[in-house]
This record gives sequence, structure tokens and C-alpha cells, in this order.
Amino acid sequence: MSTKTAKKKTAAKSAAKKSSGSAKKSAPAKKAAAKKADAPDLRRYADAPVNKAMSKSDKIRAFVDMVRIRKFEQAALQSYQKGKMGGFLHLYIGQEATAVGTCALLGDHDHIITAYRDHGHALAVGMTMNECMAELYGKYTGCSKGKGGSMHFFAPEKRYWGGHGIVGGQTPLGLGIAYALKYKGLKGSCLCFLGDGAVNQGPFHESLNLAGLWDLPIIYVIENNRYSMGTSQDRSSVYPEGGLAQRAEAYRIDWTTAHGENLYDVRAKTSEAIERAHEKSRPTVLEIATYRYYGHSIADANHQKYRTKEEILEYQRNRDPIMVWQRILEEEGVLTADEAKEIENKARDEAKDSIRFADESPFPPESEILTDVYHSVDNPGSHTNQGKIFFNDRLPWE
Amino acid sequence: MALITYRQALKDAFSEEIERDENVFIMGEEVAQYNGAYKVTEGLWDKYGDKRLVDAPISEAGFIGLGIGAAMMGLRPVIEMMFFSFVYVAWDQAVNNASSLRYMSGGLMNVPLVIRGPANGGTNVGATHSHTPENLVANFPGLKCVVPATAADAKGLMKSSIRDNDPVFFMESTLLYGEESEVPEDPDFLIPLGKADVKREGTDLSIIAHGRSVLMALAAAKELKKKHNIDAEVVDLRSIRPLDEETIIKSVKKTNRALLVEENKPYCGIGSQVSHLIQRRAFDYLDAPVHRLSAVDAPAIYSPPLEKVQLPEAKVIVREALDMFNIKA
Ligand SMILES: Cc1ncc(C[n+]2csc(CCOP(=O)(O)OP(=O)(O)O)c2C)c(N)n1
Repeated sequence: MSTKTAKKKTAAKSAAKKSSGSAKKSAPAKKAAAKKADAPDLRRYADAPVNKAMSKSDKIRAFVDMVRIRKFEQAALQSYQKGKMGGFLHLYIGQEATAVGTCALLGDHDHIITAYRDHGHALAVGMTMNECMAELYGKYTGCSKGKGGSMHFFAPEKRYWGGHGIVGGQTPLGLGIAYALKYKGLKGSCLCFLGDGAVNQGPFHESLNLAGLWDLPIIYVIENNRYSMGTSQDRSSVYPEGGLAQRAEAYRIDWTTAHGENLYDVRAKTSEAIERAHEKSRPTVLEIATYRYYGHSIADANHQKYRTKEEILEYQRNRDPIMVWQRILEEEGVLTADEAKEIENKARDEAKDSIRFADESPFPPESEILTDVYHSVDNPGSHTNQGKIFFNDRLPWE
Repeated sequence: MALITYRQALKDAFSEEIERDENVFIMGEEVAQYNGAYKVTEGLWDKYGDKRLVDAPISEAGFIGLGIGAAMMGLRPVIEMMFFSFVYVAWDQAVNNASSLRYMSGGLMNVPLVIRGPANGGTNVGATHSHTPENLVANFPGLKCVVPATAADAKGLMKSSIRDNDPVFFMESTLLYGEESEVPEDPDFLIPLGKADVKREGTDLSIIAHGRSVLMALAAAKELKKKHNIDAEVVDLRSIRPLDEETIIKSVKKTNRALLVEENKPYCGIGSQVSHLIQRRAFDYLDAPVHRLSAVDAPAIYSPPLEKVQLPEAKVIVREALDMFNIKA
């Protein structure tokens, strides 16, 4: 890794300058974008190269993926309310364009990692509804064999590194993924998602400093759904006029914002960031203005206390990401209302099937409590380890 | 064999593993250009350069987390804590993330990471800098913990730890860095994790210790033999998790007495685990209750002569051993 500081400082300086330039918006305009996200011209970002390159089937695929996430989450909600799963359930409904818009752009050396609101990203990278639903049910057929639960989905072979329950805890891990890519000389990136509440965690700031200092190909995607649990953005953060992402300037990191209801915008901004990571090995902070329709988790019965019903309705009516995308595709003549309906029905059926799959799947056997703790235990012969590593005098099932 | 210091043994282990595996790198504060706060990595940056020896800013949570992420991707980071006490600012990364990721993913990944550095009191730097967190770390399934007492063990265990596919917390001691012992020169000299070492054979009493307490135990054993004709066996645990229960039990069954010594604090210390083990598996062999010695149960005191007293010195070990034979010191 380069530690030649003198040279880097100037490079970083000019990158920072470009950052404010590349945003191509005056500060007050940006503020409006970040805070109010006034419904913009829907086709405003359609001409970005990454969007012009979309085929008809790419566009439909994005629609399908968003609808699948929504139907999955709705099905999960129903099951949760029937008492089929334990713990928390953080729904992604309302934020679908973020996961789908970003994950569709990932190449062979582009990785992702996120927080606990992780079902959308999981489906967007190609994990199946079955393995995800079964994980929620704590079943052996779940993506983590029922050992992780809702907040901890993983699929490393799809370059999806979780699923992390500690707010902000994934931000240095994402940095390490980017570090490994650079170390190995691969042209790749890591997209590390976090919430607007997570931006105030120390490890995130440490990570930003390291990312800027060491030119790491990391993209921090702040999914700003305006609330961290019941605390609004304004009550938890001080931030510059441009929004939370502008904090990146302090670390000489390029930053930008996107309208999370508009898939074209999400794609356009993400693609710029990926290119910066690939071509310059430089980080980006990308803030996506979005909204969640349900409570923080399904245990959050108070979500209409810290925000108004009207606020939720306004977003659902005017800026729902699936509705916006459908409108765009209908205007473009890519999708008809009937086709959209059919896609919805299919996704609903798929989600229903995943419920059946989860219901019918077995729970892990008790002995599974003690596997996957240590690689050395799971792979005898590959280690020279000896001695005792688990310390129960007697196991409950013995 | 070569007579070298504990510090040199560690450095040799790093050199050999860096040369052996291109995925091994060392990261930490002052490890490269400054040559290491305790000179454990001295000369390595000159030899291996920026890629393998990485100076990090003072951001333990940031660079330990980075190390975990890089390890998930197949690299083998060796992360230095200038003092192990500083790991607490990164506790979520070092302990919560490192221990849980493999498990929560149902075994889809592993974290081949070493976090290492001095974890000892006795150097008059006050309570914040004098922690011995082996008991805390060992409480987390998913983590491994080793505490070598000699140069040879430091080398053999460090090489095994770097090659290990799980996160290993490797706790050294600034008070041992200058201690010399004979160390094999074989580049594949490995000491398995979870293998204790009988550092002195004896028949009358088992003194079971780890880290610097092993040296104190050996000094005490010498004194016990010379002055009281008590032949103490000294068992060096070396590895806390995994733990070599068989060697402990074998020794206690032979000597019928166990004295547990550590520089850790007593409450939920390593001795409490070993003591439980002994009563559970060698109850009928005991001729005396198991005794424990540890640091005096208070934060590490600064005042130099008092801090010496706070840690279990040889003469206190001798006194305790005699007590187990009902001999007045
Ligand atoms: C370190 C830590 N503190 C607190 C929590 C409890 N908690 C879980 S989610 C959350 C809110 C986070 O909000 P944000 O980062 O905006 O993400 P969002 O839920 O909006 O996706 C809190 C306080 C936690 N999981 N981890």
C-alpha cells in the first residue's frame, strides 16, 4: 500500500476539489435534494451512460427485483405477525430502488456489505427467497443454517458479506474488503451500506479517514430514510448544507447524493462511484434519500408517533420507488400495466412458496449449536490445534 | 538451536511467515517506519516494505475491523496492539465481529486474523495500560487465545497462529521481550495451539501457570526444592483457548496438589476455569484444596514498589505452596 504521503496529499486535495464540482449543484440546491427530495423530473438521469446502456430486459429485471423484495417483505411481515419467527424484523419496504439500483452494477470484483436491514440487498444480489425466508424462520435450510437470523444474512460466493447487527460495525469490515482488493491488485470495489443513524459511530469516521488516507476503493452508501429508530435525522446529526454525505469533505473524499425513489438516479451516481473506485482506487460517500414505510422493526409500534401519517402517505403516493419506476417504464413503452400486474402476482406466489418452504423445512439439529464456531473444529486435519475448545461439562442433549 | 530473545523470536516468526505467504502483512501503530513501539518489528519495514508492514493511524476499531474484513477475503493480517489494553476501544470489532462472523454465516466464512501485543502489568504505567484480557477473550467462543512465556514458545505459537484459520489473540509481555531461550531454527517449527508444556518435572505439587507467571513458578520451584525438598512440577498452559486439559489432569493425578498462578485478576480468571476442571476430573486425587494466586484484586497500581507486590512473585508462590503442605514459611 502506498504510504508516500507527500504525493498523496496533493492528489487528495484535487480530488476533494473535484468532489464539490462533480456534484454540479449549488449548496442550497443540494440541501433541498437531501432534505426534501422534491420530486424531480423522472427522466432526468435516464441519459446517464449506465442507464442508456440498459436493455429493455435490464429495465424489466430491475422492476421484477424491486417487486420481489416488496412481496418478500410483505410475506415476512405476515409470518412474523403469526409468530413464526423470533427477534427483530427490519423491513426494507420503501427503499427497494437503493439495493436494486446499486447491486445490478456489481462486477466480478465488486462486493457488498450492509447493516441489519439486509433482506433487500440479499435478494438483489441473487439470494433466493427460500434461503432468506428459511433463515427468518430459524430453519436449517436458511442461508446461515438458522444461525444468523434476520439481521445476519450472508452469501460470500455472491460477494455479499452480510448482514450486520451492530450499528456502524460493518463500516470497517467493508473497508477491509476494499483493502484486500487493492492488496491483491484487483480492480474492484466494496459497497458498504449504512443508515443515517450509523454515520455518528466512531468506527465509521475512523474508516473514512483510512479510506481517504490509503486510497481504498470503498463506496459508503448512506441509506438516509430520515430516521434512526424513532430519532429523526435532525435530532441526531449535525451536518453540512449538502447533507450527511458532505461530511466526507473533511476526509477529502468525493461525495454525492441521489434520489432514492428514482432507480435511474441511484444507478447514475453509483456507477460514477464504482468507476472512481476501479479507475482511481478512490472512495466515495453516496447518500441516497429514501424512506421506510414501516416501523424501525416490526416491534416498533410507535412509528406514527415520531412522524405523521401524512408524511408516510406523501412518500407512498408520490415517491414510491416501484411506482416511480413503473411510471418511467410505462412512459418509455417498456412495460404495460398488465405486465406489471403479472410480475407482481408472480412475485407474490414466489414469496408464498418461500413461506411454505420455510414452514416445511426442519430446524437445525441441536448438535449444530457447536458447528461453525471454529474453522479448525469444522475442518479436522487442516489444523495442528489440540486440546479442548468447548467447555461444557455436559451437553443438554447428551 | 539458537539462544535468542523473545522479541527476536517473534521477529523471526514474522519474517518467515511473511516470506512464506504473500497474504501475510503486519499492521499497527508505529510498526513500520518507527520499528515498533517495543521494537518487535524492528527492521522488517526496511526488509519487506510498505505492503507488508503498514503504519496505521491511531484508530484501533478502524484497523482491527479492516483486518477482519481483509481476513474474510483471504488475507492473513497480523494486527499489533501497541498495548493490548488498547483493544478495548475496538472491542466491538475485535471480539463481537471476530468471534461471531463465521457462526452467523453458518460457516460460510472464516477470519484468519492475529491480534497481538503486550498484555501485562508490572511496568508502572498505571491501570489503563496494564490489562491482561486473556480471560475476557477466552470467554468468547470463536476466538482463540495464546500466552507464550518463552522465546521458543513465542516463535512456535506465533507461526501456528498466523497459519491458523480462526482469529487468534496473541498476548505477549514487555517484561519478557528481553528474555532469552534456545529456539529451533527450522522454518516449520510450529507449536500447536492447545498444547501445554511441562517446563519442569516434579512429583509433589503441580504449579500451573501461563505467561510471565511461568518464570515466577520456575523460580519458586527451585527454591522449594532447595530449601524444603519439595519437588514441584511446573505446567505452562501456553494456550488458554484451546486448553490442554489432559496435561493438567495428568500432572495433578501425579502430584495430587495443584497451585494455579497467573498475573490476571482473580475473579473469573483463568485459574477459576482450571480449578473447576481439576475438581471435576481429579477430585479423588487431591490431597489438598486447589490454591490460586493472581494479581491482587484491584486496578494496577502505579507506585513501582507496590506494583511489584501486586503481581504474584516467586516468594509468594513459595509461601502458598508451603501452605498446601501445612509448612509455616
Ligand atoms: C451499536 C448499536 N447501538 C444501538 C443499536 C440499536 N439500534 C439498532 S438499529 C438502530 C437505529 C439505526 O438507524 P439507521 O442507522 O438510520 O438505520 P435504519 O434503521 O434507518 O436502516 C438502533 C439504535 C445497535 N444495533 N447497535
